[in-house]
Amino acid sequence: MRIPAPAWIAVAGLALATVPYFKLPAFYESFLYLIFHWIVLATSWNILSGYSGYFSFGHGAFFGVGMYTTATLAGKFDVPFLWTLPAAALLAAVTGVGLGWVVFRVPRLRGELFALITLAVTFVIGTIILNTPIDGGPGIYLSAVPIPAIMPTASATFYVLALVMAIGTLWIAYAIYHSKLGTGLFAIHDDEDVAEVLGVPTFRYKLAAFAISCALAGIAGGIQAMFVSYVTMGDTFSIVVPLNVILMSVLGGTRHWLGPAVGATVITALLYAFTAGDFAVAGRAAVGLILIVAILFLPEGLLGRFVRRRRRREPSPQPIGAGIAAMPATFAAPAQAGMNPLLEVRGVSKAFKGLQALDAVDLDVRRGEILGLIGPNGSGKSTLINVVSGHYRSDQGRIVFQGRDVAGEEAHRIAHAGIARTYQIPRPFAHLSVLQNVALTAMFGRAALDSAAAEREARYWLEFTGLAAKADALPEDLNLHQRKFLELARVLASRPTLLLLDEVLSGLTPSEIDNAIGTIRAIRDRGATIVFVEHVMRAVMELTDRIVVLNYGRVIAEGKPEDVMRRPEVVTAYLGKPPVGKPHA
Amino acid sequence: MSWPSLTLLGQSLLSGIFIGALYGLLGLGLSLSWGMLRQINLAHFALAFLGAYLTYQLASVGGMDPLAALLVIVPCFFAFGAALHWLFARFSISPFNSLLVTFGVTVIMESLIQWIWTADYRRLESHYGEIKFRIGTLFVPFPELLTLLVAIALALGTWAALHYTDLGKALRAAAEDAPIAAAFGVNDRALALLLSGLSAAFAGVAGACLALSYTLAPSQIYAWIGVVFAAVMIGGLGNPIGPLIAGIVIGSSEALTMAVTAPAWAPLVSFSLLIIVLLARPQKI
Repeated sequence: MRIPAPAWIAVAGLALATVPYFKLPAFYESFLYLIFHWIVLATSWNILSGYSGYFSFGHGAFFGVGMYTTATLAGKFDVPFLWTLPAAALLAAVTGVGLGWVVFRVPRLRGELFALITLAVTFVIGTIILNTPIDGGPGIYLSAVPIPAIMPTASATFYVLALVMAIGTLWIAYAIYHSKLGTGLFAIHDDEDVAEVLGVPTFRYKLAAFAISCALAGIAGGIQAMFVSYVTMGDTFSIVVPLNVILMSVLGGTRHWLGPAVGATVITALLYAFTAGDFAVAGRAAVGLILIVAILFLPEGLLGRFVRRRRRREPSPQPIGAGIAAMPATFAAPAQAGMNPLLEVRGVSKAFKGLQALDAVDLDVRRGEILGLIGPNGSGKSTLINVVSGHYRSDQGRIVFQGRDVAGEEAHRIAHAGIARTYQIPRPFAHLSVLQNVALTAMFGRAALDSAAAEREARYWLEFTGLAAKADALPEDLNLHQRKFLELARVLASRPTLLLLDEVLSGLTPSEIDNAIGTIRAIRDRGATIVFVEHVMRAVMELTDRIVVLNYGRVIAEGKPEDVMRRPEVVTAYLGKPPVGKPHA
Repeated sequence: MSWPSLTLLGQSLLSGIFIGALYGLLGLGLSLSWGMLRQINLAHFALAFLGAYLTYQLASVGGMDPLAALLVIVPCFFAFGAALHWLFARFSISPFNSLLVTFGVTVIMESLIQWIWTADYRRLESHYGEIKFRIGTLFVPFPELLTLLVAIALALGTWAALHYTDLGKALRAAAEDAPIAAAFGVNDRALALLLSGLSAAFAGVAGACLALSYTLAPSQIYAWIGVVFAAVMIGGLGNPIGPLIAGIVIGSSEALTMAVTAPAWAPLVSFSLLIIVLLARPQKI
């Protein structure tokens, strides 16, 4: 029988809590304190940076805010030490949320730019603290502040405080890892734009992760302030904290909740061994070398590697196809006569730096139909899909979906409302399994299922699209045909009312196209309304009820497929003007 | 707050321009490797300090002229820069991971410097330091003036080379789109090695200038990172002249901030500028 991880954490915590009763020399407690301290810092860093891929170099800032909160409250205002810790958490979280509120709105500030801006913020906060009465230059002494008598000795008290924090932080990291928030963060890590369009509220999730991460770092800072009992700006807002937490997490594995803790233990013990042997300088060099080797040879970290190997050995826990037959799989109420169109696009325009991609487009999508959207390359089909799904904001016009104007709404809200899209070039989440990719939209899309139900739903749609055998594979193991069907399964699992299919057939062989046409028919039979963008005319003629033709961002024709394709302006758009009546020189 | 005299302000402004020149010189190599190779080379700063310490060693112990020491340093650094790029290309490192790897390189170099030269402050006493002259009421130290001239010469020279030589045009084409440039006969891999070597060599030159004007300590490596990054980002990635201009703007505003308020406020200027640039025009980076 498998023992769940939280039970393991609790048992380990209880066992470690007995350490002070063995009356070991204070040295052991202080050494273990340091390990717990770095476990808290690295694990809290990982909740934002490891899970969502926003690598912060500013963890020192939030740690420092916590440190100075405790130092100021306890040292200058005589607030009891333990009461300063909630304040430290709160202030650090508020700082983080304030920063995130601004930074997360600028889409390009990812990766290295996010790292730099968080590092710069660290030094700005440090400079302000140094030059204001908060510190003023000489630092703050806390030796006069009484240490709460939780345990008989001071070192035992700090040991227990840090232990509680470490256990609590690991539990939080574990809980987030297995929660909807964690799933959303991992999706943000792989492809933030797609995550948003599939229904993940990316901005809110990043802020939430940042707040939790900063609050934990703030408490760790508050405890550390008392532990060292002398707080200076130079030691607090330095590069050391971000360097260490990144190193620890990268070494242990940023994609696992326990990875940073493993890395923190290894690195702290290693640094300590070097310092104790009077090789502090060599120790720092060793840490640098480990960082380089870890990035080059162990990009997934110790734990990432170990867990992946194990997963390959273990067979899939659930027999494929189990419990699928009873799945309800309807999308929406069938069409009723006299109702408004499902989607009304009115006067929508979109320009990119002077290029008018959409020029006052009007179109209706009726309930239950398959609407073909065709046009030459560059005619605005994909832009229209991007605008309707909320990825781009239209310059003007209304997009009314089920009676509600969704133009300008955030993409994840549009996904919740029931619009789902596929990508012409499949964009699966690279580090999530095929099953997780599909379950994600069942959780975040219109269906909004809990994780167990989402997994059942995902298995159903994998069976439906013929991918059941690949459920535990990573997207990189799929061929193009399978990836296209993964795109399809992913949108179907959200049980959308309106499905936007962007060239799902391109690049497929004729027999694969036949297969796909059957699948799309089966989807429509379950009540979905489909907008079908396609260049494969055989499929368009076979599948669609109506066609809208775009050219240069304008609707140039609309009607029954066989009528529309005979119209001269449509033929001209595709083939150019026939040279009739042109005098030859 | 009392306003300082005009002479003091002028002197502050001048020293700001001089330190800004060093920001620009340090930023030159960083900007080239970031903008054209997509590598964020944090080790650039450690490399510059290694260059400074080597200049110190060769000049004060070896008895060489500090500028002649560059004849040794520049080729060695060029080789190191090329080797670093070879490593990055071999493991196809992403821009973000290049930041982490060079962070590791920085820490190793810092330890190496501390091991060889200890954590104590070192100061190069050279005959260049004794050359001083006055322009009006303003005092001009020669080493700083030399830094400014070197920075201007290298920035303009690099810019001209990139725009007017075939090699430079090939480099810019490879930076824009390496596979396409390769399809048109540009040996993009060799050019990348060249550019990376050149960036490291520039770090060596910056190091010599650093040794002429400043007291050295291993921990100082980190002091320059924020402000030089700010100069590079404001000046534009891959642009050889931009970082120098931005560096001088930052240097003078820092110097004026110090003259008007307390010196400890100076970091606020560069880091605030960096944050504003990142927030206001991230698309330029």
